[in-house]
Amino acid sequence: MALTRSALRLFSGRFAQACQVRGYADASSMSLTFAAPSQVLYNNISVKQIDVPSFSGSFGILPAHVPTLAVLKPGVVTVFENDGSTKKFFVSSGTVTINEDSTVQLLAEEAVPVDTLDISAAKELLAQSQSQLASASTDVAKAEAEISIEVSEALVKACE
Amino acid sequence: MFSRTAAIIPQCGQQVRGMATLKMISLRLKSVKNIQKITQSMKMVSAAKYTKAERELKLARPYGVGAQEFYKKAEVKDEEGDKGQLIIAVSSDRGLCGAVHSSIGRIVKADIVANPNTKVIIVGDKVRNILQRLYAKNIAMVVTEVGRKPAVFGDAALIAQSIINSGIEFSKGKIVFNAFRTVVSFRTTEMPLYSQSAVANASKLPIYDSLDSDVIQSYTEFSLASLLFYSMKENATSEQSSRMTSMDNASKNAGEMIDKLTMTFNRTRQAVITRELIEIISGAAALETKN
Repeated sequence: MALTRSALRLFSGRFAQACQVRGYADASSMSLTFAAPSQVLYNNISVKQIDVPSFSGSFGILPAHVPTLAVLKPGVVTVFENDGSTKKFFVSSGTVTINEDSTVQLLAEEAVPVDTLDISAAKELLAQSQSQLASASTDVAKAEAEISIEVSEALVKACE
Repeated sequence: MFSRTAAIIPQCGQQVRGMATLKMISLRLKSVKNIQKITQSMKMVSAAKYTKAERELKLARPYGVGAQEFYKKAEVKDEEGDKGQLIIAVSSDRGLCGAVHSSIGRIVKADIVANPNTKVIIVGDKVRNILQRLYAKNIAMVVTEVGRKPAVFGDAALIAQSIINSGIEFSKGKIVFNAFRTVVSFRTTEMPLYSQSAVANASKLPIYDSLDSDVIQSYTEFSLASLLFYSMKENATSEQSSRMTSMDNASKNAGEMIDKLTMTFNRTRQAVITRELIEIISGAAALETKN
């Protein structure tokens, strides 16, 4: 009986140590879910850092970042993975949520890896949207053309 | 001889009792066989659509689950106000898919009875037909032409835009749809929807840094579209799998009916032959005895 009790104490001590180790692990990693409606890029994967372009400015997200919400601007999202590699994706729009427990949800309307972009097609899109703005008559059409210009400018910038 | 054929005709009339003439049975048999062909082909079509829908759902699931995370983590609760409840019932236009539409109709009806100050936005004609008779005044908007092609984010964005433009206000909201579980089962689920003021008053919102009403507004609008997209995808998969199983059952039932009808047809055919033989033989016997 005494033997089992001391054995239990030994195990509980080790369990407490394991808990402590788990605590540190949480603070130094964050789990990213980066998805678009038709594809999943990261699903609860632990990463080191994420750079996002948002309407309130581009910022980098590190573990234990203060919780916040932001709306994405067309631009490039850079993900720094745990093994040191970086991946860049172009996003058209969306939202980013950083929660208290260091989970990040990056929901983009469309996201493509930057190396699949074609700079000549992007420049063509920019020229098209500029001519659309010139010929736009209603406010709604003007706003749509301006959005299209913003996206294509960001596309061109991402290709360079 | 002519007198004998004249004698036969009234006896043909007598055969109409019971299961009817050979002609009627064979007509019935032909039509059931056609129905079986149709249900079999419908089953294959929906099997193909189901595989596609399931693939797209797998890709959309992290997106949909991620879109709900914020509301869970920030512990957003329904507003205390009395602006009423908003229900978005997600379904489709096409039938013959089992209990998909009726289960949604049932939940919405129960909700309206419990909470009369409810506005319903219906996606898909079938639920509109279910609700129109008794609850027509609660229907705020109906979206049709749903279900023919797989949903894309643009569709959900369009619906979300119309909801926002219509200026509907609500204190608590939910999306009712059929969540896909397995090929043979789906579950009718509710996803909570929170209004902008509910988000602004969330208990954990102060810990979120640098938020202004613009950001919250854009965020809630985008997440409405995302949640709608996710529920449409789930519902589409449930609908196709349910149609597949019900068409499969229909084909099996048709097959059973064909077996029974074929049996009856053969028996009736043999009975007709036997009757003719009896008449001929009894006629011949009568002639013999006369001689």
